[in-house]
Amino acid sequence: MTRQTVPKMNIAPQPARRTESFWSRVIRQRQLIFMSFPMLLYVLVFAYAPIWGWLMAFQSYKPGFSITNQTWVGLDQFRFLFLDEGFTRVLRNTIAMSLISLILGFVTAIGLALLMNEIKKTGIKRLIQTISYLPHFLSWVIVTGLVSMALSTEGGIINDVLMKLHIIKEPILWLGEGKYFWGIVGMTNVWKEVGWNTIIYLAAIASVDPSLYEAAEVDGAGRFRKIWNVTLPGIRPVIVILLIMNVGWILNGGGFDIQYFLGNGQVLDWSETIDIFVLKYGLRIGNYSLGVAAGIFKTVVSIVLLYCANTIAKRLGEERLI
Amino acid sequence: MQTVRYKFKTEPFLFHTFNYLFMLFVVVVTLYPFLNTLAISFNSGIDTTRGGIYVWPREWTLKNYVAVFQSGKVFDAFWVSVARTVIGTVVSVFLTAMLAYTISRKEFIFRKPVTLIFVLTMYFSAGLIPSYFLIKDLNLLNTFLVYILFPGAGAGLISAFNMLVVRTYIRSLPESLVESAKIDGASDFKVFISIILPLCTPVLATIALFTAVGQWNSWFDTFIFASSRQELSTLQYELMKLLSSTVNSNANPSLSSTAAKDTATMITPLSIRAAITIVASVPILFVYPFLQRHFVSGLQLGGVKE
Repeated sequence: MTRQTVPKMNIAPQPARRTESFWSRVIRQRQLIFMSFPMLLYVLVFAYAPIWGWLMAFQSYKPGFSITNQTWVGLDQFRFLFLDEGFTRVLRNTIAMSLISLILGFVTAIGLALLMNEIKKTGIKRLIQTISYLPHFLSWVIVTGLVSMALSTEGGIINDVLMKLHIIKEPILWLGEGKYFWGIVGMTNVWKEVGWNTIIYLAAIASVDPSLYEAAEVDGAGRFRKIWNVTLPGIRPVIVILLIMNVGWILNGGGFDIQYFLGNGQVLDWSETIDIFVLKYGLRIGNYSLGVAAGIFKTVVSIVLLYCANTIAKRLGEERLI
Repeated sequence: MQTVRYKFKTEPFLFHTFNYLFMLFVVVVTLYPFLNTLAISFNSGIDTTRGGIYVWPREWTLKNYVAVFQSGKVFDAFWVSVARTVIGTVVSVFLTAMLAYTISRKEFIFRKPVTLIFVLTMYFSAGLIPSYFLIKDLNLLNTFLVYILFPGAGAGLISAFNMLVVRTYIRSLPESLVESAKIDGASDFKVFISIILPLCTPVLATIALFTAVGQWNSWFDTFIFASSRQELSTLQYELMKLLSSTVNSNANPSLSSTAAKDTATMITPLSIRAAITIVASVPILFVYPFLQRHFVSGLQLGGVKE
């Protein structure tokens, strides 16, 4: 970075660069422009162009007619959405499952990273890490399949263990009762991602200045004091950044696939999230406009939340994302 | 000897004992569901229904796997999954690296807007329904191309995160490499192909792994965009159909019902399901441990902000 700027300041300014017009720079950099072009075109078409479809949320969209040839209804779709009791419940489920997954995910990943960091034998540590990454690479189809098998009432391992320990007398129908669903989503997320999430924390822990530990030791700090007073403050910037990033995902409900695969008629009131609502209204029932309205709501709230979290972090003098 | 040199201390001993026990617990909880499925996949299906299969098969058999691969559906789906993973990953990694090179060049006049356009996609999406209409309008419904192009979770041609990882890596390379090549008259494209690309191998391996995992594990795009053409079905989608049919116990006309009847071959829906789960997960599980060093450092690069 500085490699280039330093000589420029000391030596006389280079007039050729300074006065070069925009278009001649464009022509000179045509290769760079061509090289960025394929992906740029792709992202504009596939990520940005569909925003045009947001107009559907302000219409009463009927398939078969072009989007410019529809009845406009203003904000009626949004009004219907927020007055609908179903959507309020969907919103509650989404936020609850997000928060549960978020908090459980953070606490377990940081905790596991701290404990892994205490293992001094590199070979064993590496082996444990490798194993802990495994579930991250499994698809949600597989993971939810494994989870439903583990929770099964016929020989599922969870019920088996709990019965052998005499904690429960009869197998519990885990996936048949709404009150367990949020917890199952949280735990499934932890099972799949906890090992993977330790990567970033372990890296942050490794970069904490070792002299701080020595100083703490001189002051007579034990293992847990050092973790509390040196390690955790040392990795705080990373925690804050990851929190900000995750706040933007709060309307994702802790993932789409879990609810889609594990949810069933009996737990619908607890399992339905915005994404599933959109899928149901949009592609199954065919009420496209309402589905799009719910999608817009989700995107807008996500961006606002991300912006707020970023601003708060800035005010507090913390590291920030943008 | 050791007890003489280091005085025995209670606290470290207790702590490490607890810590190792806890790690053992983590390892068991992580591996058990997978090992259990592995055991069931190698166990005779009828025998499995008697229960009590944990991590070791009781009646060894390969019939579950034979049944899986004899079913043309799963066999075809396997190759569609392989094709989308290979093609999707190669195209995506090459184009991502090329894009990352352009935004790593400080002098590139569109560097900031181009970077912003991609980073924004990390936080917003137009949503499922508008995307569906786009795919439909582009006549991509029920085509193989939709697997490469649909920007869904994990899949898609580009992830802004991967782009940032490669960008940061390219910036960490010595600038003099590019400068001297340019003095020798090399164009940007030439510099990228002959200098940057070879040097980026570790980071490209990382994003190739991420992209390949996304492609291999994807089921949603098949479900939404290509479910009406059986020859485009993927392994994950076949597994998903099988799972939902066994969970809801409304018979899937293909595998599970023939399997349910087939007591002669000792196959059950559960054992078929276990075998497909293994087939669908093993390719990636064989690859990731070898790339561990790379993706660990790659993830850290991605955390570096602009």
